[in-house]
Amino acid sequence: MPPIRTYHELTDADRSGLPEQIGAQRKRVAERLAGVGRVIAVMSGKGGVGKSYVTAHLARALARSGRAAGVLDADLNGPTIPRLLGIEHAPRPTSQSGIEPATGQDGVRCISMAMLLEDGAPLAFKGPSAESFVWRGAMEASALRELLGDVAWGSLDTLLLDLPPGMQRYVELCDILGAPPPVLTVTIPTPESRDAVQRAMRAALERGSQLLGIVENMVGDEFPGSAGDDLSGEFGVPILARLPWRPTPDAWAGLAGRL
Amino acid sequence: MKFLCVDCDKQMAFEERQLPGDGTLAATFKCPTCGRVVAMLTNPMETQLVSSLGVEIGGRTVPAQPLETVRKMVATGRDDAFDDGASGVGRGALWSQEATERLNRVPSFVRGMVKRIYADFAKERGIAEITPAVMDTARAELGLEGM
Repeated sequence: MPPIRTYHELTDADRSGLPEQIGAQRKRVAERLAGVGRVIAVMSGKGGVGKSYVTAHLARALARSGRAAGVLDADLNGPTIPRLLGIEHAPRPTSQSGIEPATGQDGVRCISMAMLLEDGAPLAFKGPSAESFVWRGAMEASALRELLGDVAWGSLDTLLLDLPPGMQRYVELCDILGAPPPVLTVTIPTPESRDAVQRAMRAALERGSQLLGIVENMVGDEFPGSAGDDLSGEFGVPILARLPWRPTPDAWAGLAGRL
Repeated sequence: MKFLCVDCDKQMAFEERQLPGDGTLAATFKCPTCGRVVAMLTNPMETQLVSSLGVEIGGRTVPAQPLETVRKMVATGRDDAFDDGASGVGRGALWSQEATERLNRVPSFVRGMVKRIYADFAKERGIAEITPAVMDTARAELGLEGM
């Protein structure tokens, strides 16, 4: 048998056009975000450091300062942003042009899987349960893409993306956006947090993200350590805020002003 | 994924997609030179993987709708997550004239049920207008041949 031609040597038009369909998905996201001044990923690589809390209050502070802000709750499996923004459930108005985001405290626009799931229900997908690990990640990435591209964000100065712990969602985000987003990092002072956040920051840097700065959260006697300073020194990025357990409105305003 | 007719050294062309309703998928490809047809059969896991990418083998017959994958694939979604009423999206989707004519050819004793099936299909996908193309897609995906 002669050598069989390779995939790339077959160039006839393909009715399925799968690469074109993927391209159309990305174009939809790009067009939707054209009215957004900047998209910022809030991440840490570590759970329990207060990413969502910081994200929600930062968005409110931005809005109070006159900069239109939105939050996309990218923690699809543990969404908490609507509660933090005081958003009660109401069916999201839908039109052919997209889904209307909810409006939370201080006028922050928001979309979250919490608005779409039954109360208390985990995010579960229809489909074969056997070997679901093969497709579940792709399904979540598609959901994230739709929350970015199908929500009528309108004109925003800043869209904050509240990422879950770990790096998977960040990697998906880079692919969906077509470019690595700038990253705001949240840590607590402990060495354990520093180690986890360090890995995340290195990964983001290797991927090409701009590191905007560090928010050191839960600063006080309860969590001793120097994670903020350590990370700031290693990566050469500023500490944008050191937040105590009960930050004042001025603390949030200061963070918003430095972002 | 592409198919090559080795005898003719020609790329085979997509012909038809069938979803029998058991989670599997069949797609046929035909050699433009010799006419040989082969079928690609995927198991439920493979079929799901394609669905999870939000793409359609054989190409889209209707444009992607807002939050289509979330609406279609999330098993634990709220019944009232979306307010489709005002926009004409969903159960109250508009029926095009051609689709209405086609629906009227369905025997009257099952027409109501058939109409509801298409309306539910449109609602799950956020489709605003039911057209013959939407009906074809629903038939293929739901295994409704003859409706």
